Amino acid sequence: MNLFDYVRPASVAEAVAAASAPGAAYLAGGTNLLDLMKAGTHRPARLVDITRLPGLDAIEVLPDGAIRIGALVTNADLARDPAFVAAAPAVAEALLSGASPQLRNAATVGGNVMQRTRCAYFYDPDSACNRREPGAGCDAHGGDTRGQAVLGWSEACIATHPSDFCVPLVALDAVVEIAGADGAREVALEAFHNLPGDDPANETVLRPGELITAIRLPAEAARFKAHARYLKLRERTSYAFALVSAAASLAIEDGAIVEARLALGAVAAKPWRARAAEPHLVGVSVTAAGFEEVARRAAEAALQEARPSGDNARKIELAMRVATRALVLAAAGSPARMPALPGSVFAPVPTLTAAGDVHG
Amino acid sequence: MADIIPTPTGHVRLGSNAGQPLTRRDGVLKVTGAATYAADNRPDGLAYAVFAHSSVARGRVTSLDVDAAKVHPGVIEVITPANRPPLGRDPDGKAHMFSWRTEALQNDTVRYAGQPIALVVAETLEAATEGARLLAPRYAAEPARIGFDAGEAYDPPAVGIGSPPNFAKGDVEAGFAAADQVTETRIETPLQYHNALEPHAIVAAWDGDRLTVDVPSQAIAMARNDFAAYFEVPPENVTLRSPFIGGGFGSKAILNGPQLLCVLAARMVGRPVKLAVTRQQMFGHLGHRGATRQHLRLGVDGEGHLTALEHNAISTTSSFDDFLEPAANASHNLYATPALKTHHTGVRVDTGTPGPMRAPGEASGSAGLECAMDEAAAALGLDPLEFRLRNYSETDPASGKPFSSKALRECYAEGASRFGWAGRPLAPRQMRDEAGCLVGWGVGTAMFPAPMFQAKARATLARDGTGLMEIAAVEMGQGALTALAQIAADGLGLDGDKVELRAGSSELPDGGIAGGSGHTATAGSAIFAAGSDAVRKLAELATRDEASPLFGAGNAGVVGRAGRLHRADDERRSEAYGDILQRAGLSHIEGEGAGARDPADAAEYAMFSHGAVFAEVKVDPDLYQIRVSRLVGAFAAGRIINPRLAKSQLTGGMIWGISFALHEDAIHDPRTGRPMNADFAGYHVPVNADAPSVEAFLVEEVDRHVNALGIKGVGEIGVTGSAGAIANAVWHATGVRPNRFPIRIEALLH
Repeated sequence: MNLFDYVRPASVAEAVAAASAPGAAYLAGGTNLLDLMKAGTHRPARLVDITRLPGLDAIEVLPDGAIRIGALVTNADLARDPAFVAAAPAVAEALLSGASPQLRNAATVGGNVMQRTRCAYFYDPDSACNRREPGAGCDAHGGDTRGQAVLGWSEACIATHPSDFCVPLVALDAVVEIAGADGAREVALEAFHNLPGDDPANETVLRPGELITAIRLPAEAARFKAHARYLKLRERTSYAFALVSAAASLAIEDGAIVEARLALGAVAAKPWRARAAEPHLVGVSVTAAGFEEVARRAAEAALQEARPSGDNARKIELAMRVATRALVLAAAGSPARMPALPGSVFAPVPTLTAAGDVHG
Repeated sequence: MADIIPTPTGHVRLGSNAGQPLTRRDGVLKVTGAATYAADNRPDGLAYAVFAHSSVARGRVTSLDVDAAKVHPGVIEVITPANRPPLGRDPDGKAHMFSWRTEALQNDTVRYAGQPIALVVAETLEAATEGARLLAPRYAAEPARIGFDAGEAYDPPAVGIGSPPNFAKGDVEAGFAAADQVTETRIETPLQYHNALEPHAIVAAWDGDRLTVDVPSQAIAMARNDFAAYFEVPPENVTLRSPFIGGGFGSKAILNGPQLLCVLAARMVGRPVKLAVTRQQMFGHLGHRGATRQHLRLGVDGEGHLTALEHNAISTTSSFDDFLEPAANASHNLYATPALKTHHTGVRVDTGTPGPMRAPGEASGSAGLECAMDEAAAALGLDPLEFRLRNYSETDPASGKPFSSKALRECYAEGASRFGWAGRPLAPRQMRDEAGCLVGWGVGTAMFPAPMFQAKARATLARDGTGLMEIAAVEMGQGALTALAQIAADGLGLDGDKVELRAGSSELPDGGIAGGSGHTATAGSAIFAAGSDAVRKLAELATRDEASPLFGAGNAGVVGRAGRLHRADDERRSEAYGDILQRAGLSHIEGEGAGARDPADAAEYAMFSHGAVFAEVKVDPDLYQIRVSRLVGAFAAGRIINPRLAKSQLTGGMIWGISFALHEDAIHDPRTGRPMNADFAGYHVPVNADAPSVEAFLVEEVDRHVNALGIKGVGEIGVTGSAGAIANAVWHATGVRPNRFPIRIEALLH
């Protein structure tokens, strides 16, 4: 690990100033950054420890019904906040499907959005990686590509974003609140992460020194609370990144879908909002016999642009199946209580009630 | 355990302490952090060593920026082939059968990724780590040879540790010609790295020409002698301390290069030096299970009896040393067949040299054999358990010798009953759970040899009524300190809380190797003999002493129990050990004992532990995620010293079977040879949620030949049978025969 400066600012303004220097990195939970530093993947010249900044660790319901989650709220605290779980059950399910209790106790909301890809070639300092070192090349091409992207990738980079949390968030139109030297601004989460294009190192829209202060879930997200699920496919039942995942949220009136949201995880360099799928679901009766076929058509639309980035063509079919299942599960309703295996295909499926609303 | 199990005749009997399901004697030490592992040692003046490792798999190191490392604050010394002092033994030599060729900076050659290429010693771990990075090695690299097809095939002189590579009995081609059915099974198993929870570590300190090393070792005396040879000091000048090991699984039985470099560094800088490898560095020089590609042919007649069994295995090894996973040998001793042929081919690839990893050969070979048996049974339309029973061997198929004991039939019955095997539909895809998941049931036979090594022990009975047992035994999480203390207490005729067991140091009598599932049998035999010897001497004192109530009882006429000697023919006449010693004017009395296999028994009998494993899997019918919902094993392993610990070993082995079947898979980039998932985020082993119900049951077995105590072993057998049972259950659930471990979602997708 390289020698680095360590600073602990007292305010957001001080933090932004301290982090505007080249080579600076924010440190919060450190669950990803410290691993990257130990591996030599990331060698910041300065760590700006934001864990003691005041006012960034609250979960607030705003007057308009939106929920504002401070950037320093831990994954564990958010996933167990009763009001939040009631309003956004699929987000809580996604959080609890990720990592381990120890990691969730340390990891923060802002850090989750900022986590780096798990691409082995990005992690390995001896491999060529355009994301780590612009212009170096991409050794992931032609390597082990099982976990690599099938959507939005480029010749320069085929890595995926590993977050579970971000997948339902992007489905629910979450907003990222940002502080910077020029004041505060906000960006839709869907627009926050960049696809790799020719410049995969440019991972997000953040400008130097900018700090995520909160994630905001708009009030309308609550419309989906009765029909929201997150489904995560992987070999290991827990404590593994997704091979592919999906978040499905449905707003249902009189048994028919009035609005649908679908997002996919681990398929692209960003949490993938599958907008192409959503119109296929509007107006459809969730109790009709053919719902699964409709869901499948929507999932196929979601993956229409997908193409393998290596020996991972089967990931496309798996993504369609996971998306289909997530939609079917969402149609059946959010579970009355958090499944013992959150996000797992082995979580029990709730029985669909006539009202299509088992969450109360 | 029933009292009909014979115990050695003499003054003490096994069974008062032994056989009890005691909790771990060292449990509190371990859960409170008071147990000292090698890396926990921090002697005064300690310096830290980190080795730089190669990022290419083949070639030469052409430059190292030693100056850059040396000027980094805190760096004390940089060792490279250019300044590495001589060693008393060639690291590329094979001094004995447990010598692996290793890298101790003897030259600039690179033979696999992760190989140590320099050592940096510094005031702090962080400075040493950064110093190693600053070396910025450059290479003249050659293309890596990774995988069965890229590597160079050859006929190995031996497989495993000194086993013949090929075997034949009867005429397999005639057997296939006479068969009503011939099935072929092809299956591959990946490279697996041991990855004990405790990564390897060593702390070395010199005092003149005396060396102390704190290092986890499964073979304490052997390692002590090896260190002495490398550093050209008498063995008695080396003290090796290994009181606790955080898992070994075979990787801590063999000396490795970085250990030598750490000791060298301590001598060069004149300070104690610690070297603790990182998790990532566990994927390189510390051994692994080589990959196998297996091909089996089974000929079966109309009655479901094997007419021929052929098992071929291709096993990977390194470019510079030979350890072939002896997978095909798993077919030697299990199923009855008139014709048996096994064959191994080696493939040289650019990885480190494989080594023994929990059930080496038995694990991978059992996975192949049990899949093949299942495939043959299904083709016959026969229940797979019934098929195994029809091919039950009453004598060892390879040697024709009788088994020293074999309660496998009872294991099948107990396991099937506990699992609820009856009524299993023959065809696949017949069962669903309430959530709609496909459900499948599979069975596999478990088997593992019951070897013994050689061990010695020293026993002391003290006037205060306590006993001391000294032996360089190895506590590596398996519970040796507890089980061996139980044997010690019985051997000394004392209650368990009166006995101290000193283990884990080369200052003690040689406890042999903690490997091959033979430690309890070997060290236990030595311990019991030593205790018996001390009690015998005490009995001699008492029966010759007119003042003793035991006077005249005759040397064979007294028994030791709970710290007193009793007349065998009159329990009321007894005397405390301490009183006998006091009257004799002795502070203590010592006994000695040795443990080893009786050569006559070894010549006459085939000796194995057996078991039957039953697996239930649930598989999502569209997404194909697999979960082992139940795993039930029944095992017969001779006398069980501690049922609680034995079950813990067996269930741990069965969970390893889940790991083998569904998770562990070291991925090496085919171009560079670098392991690309060299951490626990990428190299998966099961978590609790993957093992919701794992149960091991013990089946009683009396063995009068394996050793005087009737002890076999339980350390490795749980891995065998389990992986195959799970694969067979996956077939039963899905109708898809896996052709590679671990079984991936994509392999089932259709």
